[in-house]
Amino acid sequence: MYSKGLKPLSIATVLLLAMALALVFFYAPNDADQGFIQKIFYVHVPLAIVALCGFVAGGVMAIKHLRSGDRSWDARSYVAIHMSIIFGTAVLITGAIWAKASWGHWWVWDEPVLVSFLVVFLLYCVYYPLRFSIEDPDRQARYSSVFAIAAGAFVPINFAAVRMAESFTHPRVLSQTGGSLPGDMRLTFLVCIAAVALLFVTLWKLELTAKNASMQLKRLRRRLEEAAA
Amino acid sequence: MIGTARAILRKDLAIELRTKESVPAMTLFTVTVFVLFHFGLDRDSLDGELASGVLWVTLLLAAVIGVSRLFAVEREQGGIDGLLLAPVDRTALWVAKAAAMFLYLTALELVAVPAFGILLLGPDLLTALPVLIPILVAANVGLAAIGALVSALAAETRAHELIVPLLLLPLVVPLLIAAASATEPLLRADQSPADLGRWLGLLSLYDVVFVLIAVAVFDFLLDD
Repeated sequence: MYSKGLKPLSIATVLLLAMALALVFFYAPNDADQGFIQKIFYVHVPLAIVALCGFVAGGVMAIKHLRSGDRSWDARSYVAIHMSIIFGTAVLITGAIWAKASWGHWWVWDEPVLVSFLVVFLLYCVYYPLRFSIEDPDRQARYSSVFAIAAGAFVPINFAAVRMAESFTHPRVLSQTGGSLPGDMRLTFLVCIAAVALLFVTLWKLELTAKNASMQLKRLRRRLEEAAA
Repeated sequence: MIGTARAILRKDLAIELRTKESVPAMTLFTVTVFVLFHFGLDRDSLDGELASGVLWVTLLLAAVIGVSRLFAVEREQGGIDGLLLAPVDRTALWVAKAAAMFLYLTALELVAVPAFGILLLGPDLLTALPVLIPILVAANVGLAAIGALVSALAAETRAHELIVPLLLLPLVVPLLIAAASATEPLLRADQSPADLGRWLGLLSLYDVVFVLIAVAVFDFLLDD
């Protein structure tokens, strides 16, 4: 039921990713300030944006689950959060590499976005122990959804709070990486966001299909055992 | 609903008064942590950022103890079935638990803050107190709201003692930022509040958001 349209979606993802990488390496100019290493920005920032959207989307799907009582929405929410955590790991790693290259440290505390991302990431890591320490499937779905909603609402508050705390000690103007990108960099960046978002959707669908298939298999096997017994 | 909440709260307070489980443990914990900080930092008195950070981190860690005990009676003695069988609104249960948590925190701070003033704080505590009290109250409201929700979330899990701190501590990061930043100028040598409105604003925003979320989603917990 989830596998519909998976093949064209995968092809589109591969094409767009290839195009994004080609743009990053052959079209976008090297940054005057930071040189070649700045290109990690085209991976890091889209991953971060998509991961955060994935967390919030997980919360929205959880609301749908609680409203409709339909457990498939809980599966969607779970897989969205699962994918976002994987993307989030990549965000923290690429962020650390970038920080090392441009500031000389693996971690900098005065980068509010990175710091808030770490807090959000730590919170969502608790999703797994919470979810898998509840046995009853119905209750598991409900409790996970409650977590997903509360954590989804926490994301913007946390960003506001960390930004307030940092901008207080380090007044920042919109830096080179934000606000005003020159045209060719902006185009590359937008294509990268689209490619990463598409990658997220494809992986999400794939994982849902796989989870669904294994669940069906389990159900069939149980019926087989019952029939044999 | 208010009547139900009051009845549950009265039951919780009666149990706490008789068993003396949560509040004495939390208090003892904070004083021990202050002693640990004295040796860990090797300082006789603290001021400014260090003082406000030590105070707030200690209070939050003590809150973890309270939160993990919040549904203890219901969980261990099966009282939850009785509560759930009764035809009462789940929100009343949350209100009662959050109110109990708020009272526990207030009782804790009545001891912990003076103890901090005596043991570790360099500048005078009394001068800071008129502004510190609203900060403590605002933080307690948020902690109680989120604490009751987290406690209910973790109540039905196997690894309950594990889930509560892991879940609560990241969730209170914004609260810690606002409370510690608001307290910091009060504990500096010159003791003048700065940017108080902004941090109290953030604290109240946090309180409002998590009270609303908790009320909205609590119905789906503990419901069988």
